[in-house]
Amino acid sequence: MSIKKFAVAAYDDEAVLFPAVKKVRRSGYKIHDVYTPFAVHGLDVALGLKETDLHIAGFIYGLCGTSTAVGFISWIFTSDWPINYGGKPHFALPAWIPITFELTVLFAAVGMVLTFCYLNQIMPGVKKHVFHPRQSDDLFVMAIELNAHTSEEEVIAFLKTTGAKETSVQIAEAGWWYGRWDKKEPYELLTTI
Amino acid sequence: MHIKYESFVREPLVDGNKNYHQVSEDIIGPIERKPGRMWYVGFFFSIMLLLFGIFSVSWSVYWGLGTWGVNRTIGWGWDITNFVWWIGIGHAGTLISAILLLFRQGWRTGVNRAAEAMTIFAVMCAGQFPIWHMGRVWDGFWVLPLPNTRGPLWPNFDSPLLWDVFAISTYFTVSLLFWYSGLIPDFSLIRDRAKTKLRKMLYGFASFGWTGTAKNWQRQEALALVLAGLSTPHVLSVHTIVSFDFATSVIPGWHTTIFPPYFVAGAVFSGFAMVNTLLVLTRKILHLEEYITIGHLEAMNKIIVLTGSIVGVAYLTELFISWYSQSWGEMAAFQWRIMGPYWWSYWAMMTCNVVSPQLFWFKKLRRNIPFTFVMSIVVNIGMWFERFVIIVTSTYRDWIPGSWSYYSPTWPEVGFYLGTFGLFFTCYFLFAKYFPVIAVAEIKFVLKTSGDNYKRDMEQMEALSEDEFLHLVHASHEEEHDVVHAH
Repeated sequence: MSIKKFAVAAYDDEAVLFPAVKKVRRSGYKIHDVYTPFAVHGLDVALGLKETDLHIAGFIYGLCGTSTAVGFISWIFTSDWPINYGGKPHFALPAWIPITFELTVLFAAVGMVLTFCYLNQIMPGVKKHVFHPRQSDDLFVMAIELNAHTSEEEVIAFLKTTGAKETSVQIAEAGWWYGRWDKKEPYELLTTI
Repeated sequence: MHIKYESFVREPLVDGNKNYHQVSEDIIGPIERKPGRMWYVGFFFSIMLLLFGIFSVSWSVYWGLGTWGVNRTIGWGWDITNFVWWIGIGHAGTLISAILLLFRQGWRTGVNRAAEAMTIFAVMCAGQFPIWHMGRVWDGFWVLPLPNTRGPLWPNFDSPLLWDVFAISTYFTVSLLFWYSGLIPDFSLIRDRAKTKLRKMLYGFASFGWTGTAKNWQRQEALALVLAGLSTPHVLSVHTIVSFDFATSVIPGWHTTIFPPYFVAGAVFSGFAMVNTLLVLTRKILHLEEYITIGHLEAMNKIIVLTGSIVGVAYLTELFISWYSQSWGEMAAFQWRIMGPYWWSYWAMMTCNVVSPQLFWFKKLRRNIPFTFVMSIVVNIGMWFERFVIIVTSTYRDWIPGSWSYYSPTWPEVGFYLGTFGLFFTCYFLFAKYFPVIAVAEIKFVLKTSGDNYKRDMEQMEALSEDEFLHLVHASHEEEHDVVHAH
């Protein structure tokens, strides 16, 4: 549990969001995250985020699928119980291509989705703090972490100059926890400033 | 500022005067409201069909497959016809989601969610047939390569029937994952809008705790792209493997190398037709005509005429080769198809599949909604007859005249098929009520480029001179570079 204080700014236009992100980063404030209703191209670059390596993981999972299929089938047909099917060769790689391909796709897809959930910290039963109810609807919400030394009023005033439509200060859990979305956590009942 | 300019030659993907909030309202609204009378009627009717299907299948399992019309000569009848029919229908969903994503076709955003749902339900229906047609269903697990005490006896990996097991299971799993990973952000939208506790709890659970950070979206896009890249060859392989059930045999009418591309094109053909059937109804009932526009339906119809033509060419090729090969078995099989006891099924197939889709060359008909709806049903009827013709008219008369027979379905077989319609529509009605039928986040992504009102605002760009336009483009590029280099 790491409960922190955040200054939150909500923007309603991407054209305002990008310069705001630039300005906030130049001024040295630490952006906790930006929450958007859909994928905004260029935002990850603007925030200085690294490219994801998810596709590399997918490739490795796919290779596992290929080797599992070929290894398992060839062991069965050449070593464990070779059967004479109309004189056909025991090691019949062309015949195994369909299953090998399917298992490659299966392992890659399932592995990637599980890795995706793990990296994004999402799972059935996971709950996180939602900074603004419209962050999945039509607003782009930026949360800036405040420490003991920062002045709330200064940050809020600064955020207003970047073109934020709404601003607030919130005390919230920074990570995730197991919970029901229809119940409130004790700290959620604290009034926001 | 990003310049997102799209040519005016392209129709808007979203009609009307929409902003992001309005998009959420239009698509999520039906989920939050009580369903109309039509929904209850349709849902009730679907449940009735499903119950009759369960009864028919239980009867078949209890009394055995002797209650069916299949026999030693014609080993596969309505069961495998329906299996291939449903699987073919399912392929359109993956095609729309995956292949159109790789081809950067923005219009997929209005139709992909419903199409993917259709795929999953169609594969569920298709999967019923290989299972229940086994007869001794309780031994069904023998097809799986699980360690056992029977040797261990493993399944035959050289057999297309087993390739099918792997292909269909993988297809179902991958389609489900692709569909659900796109649904997660939309569930978070419903969750954040939810006013009742039950809705907040259920959609909160379904959303997996998604909040939509920049990193989340970055990974989501990477995932969608790779799943699309995997699904595209995968969907081609699945129906190819299904075609191998026939092509790898030795009887005339089945043993032909044309089957893999023929089946895949046919699957896309029937799948798009079924998507059209569903979308014409969905857009009318849920008032989503501004998102599933006539432009979307026209694009679907273009693909229908394309794949219908491929299928038509395949039929004509088969006829030509049966003569050109001078193989008496092949010639006989096709002569009987045209003039023999099953001539009615062959001509139904030819009329529905070859002749009727050609009408979609006419733009007026492509953009006509009642015609599109009727055509989509005609195409699916034609495709059902195609599988029937392939399966029954090849097996009923093969090498030994003494074993020639005739096949008619019995009521449990018909009931089984109707039951799958019940399963399909029950699932679809539940989907249309409780899930967003359009991918909300993806629509929002294309809104400012392809939305009607935004495109009209861009008209001022058309008035700029070349130099002014270039200046604007350079200025926005510089801004982007500044952001990248800032610390």
